[in-house]
Amino acid sequence: MAVNPDFVGRTYPPSGPYAVDAALIAAFAAAVGSTDPVHTDPEAARAAGHADVIAPPTMAVRFSQAAERAYVVDPEAGIDYSRVVHGEQRFVHHRPITAGDEVLGTTTVDAVRSAGGHAMVTTRTELSTTTGDALATSTSTIVVRGGED
Amino acid sequence: MAARPLSEVSVGDVVGPVTVPVSRETLVAYANASGDQNPIHQDEAFARSVGLPDVIAHGMWTMGASATVVTDWAGDAGRVVEFGTRFTKPVVVPVGGNELVVQGVVKAVDVETGRVTVDVTTTCEGEKVLGRCIAVVRLD
Repeated sequence: MAVNPDFVGRTYPPSGPYAVDAALIAAFAAAVGSTDPVHTDPEAARAAGHADVIAPPTMAVRFSQAAERAYVVDPEAGIDYSRVVHGEQRFVHHRPITAGDEVLGTTTVDAVRSAGGHAMVTTRTELSTTTGDALATSTSTIVVRGGED
Repeated sequence: MAARPLSEVSVGDVVGPVTVPVSRETLVAYANASGDQNPIHQDEAFARSVGLPDVIAHGMWTMGASATVVTDWAGDAGRVVEFGTRFTKPVVVPVGGNELVVQGVVKAVDVETGRVTVDVTTTCEGEKVLGRCIAVVRLD
């Protein structure tokens, strides 16, 4: 089944809220090798001007991919997830994701196009807090590899 | 750690290179922290069953580890305002692990806005694994 081009322009209802806490930030920072104390020491984070410990910049993906899930698993969207590879990822950060944030993700399908037998699907997810702070804009392109079926 | 002063940054400055080890344990930790439990990043038999040479790292782990090199240079992980990349080649992680080499070059410095653009090159076994990897940090 081909990826359904009729989904372009569709925006899903906000996903979440996802709670951000210090333990999650510390685990993500450790996994990407970031020893910056702004991830683990509230005093260091405050000294750098943050309200509390902050997430590494790519931790936004945890929430953007959670929000995108409603789209990629939608049977009508026609995405065979077993054939998906991540092609491209971009973040624009408005402020760091911070311990105590309750994150909402709102996903829009920006583009569906074909290239060399594969489908390229671009989504844009706006991350914000439940209190209205803009956190990040995550733009992701996945490649759905063409198959013999 | 304090943010690097803008006045100390010039076009052509080199970031790194930094060698970043990656093991199967790294990928399990990343899977748990990121929520991406795709078995191609943990299960060798599964990875081979879908035509991969072995377990491969999450592209987002490679991106995240590359970001760490930039944020360590910037001096504050909260200074990244833009970060983007293409995933051009998988990082294969055999039982014995592997390593990345991450290096950046300052391509632009905007003294009005404090925006510093860093081109990032991440290689594994001598080959580039990220394409068009560009970070923008804001410094004072």
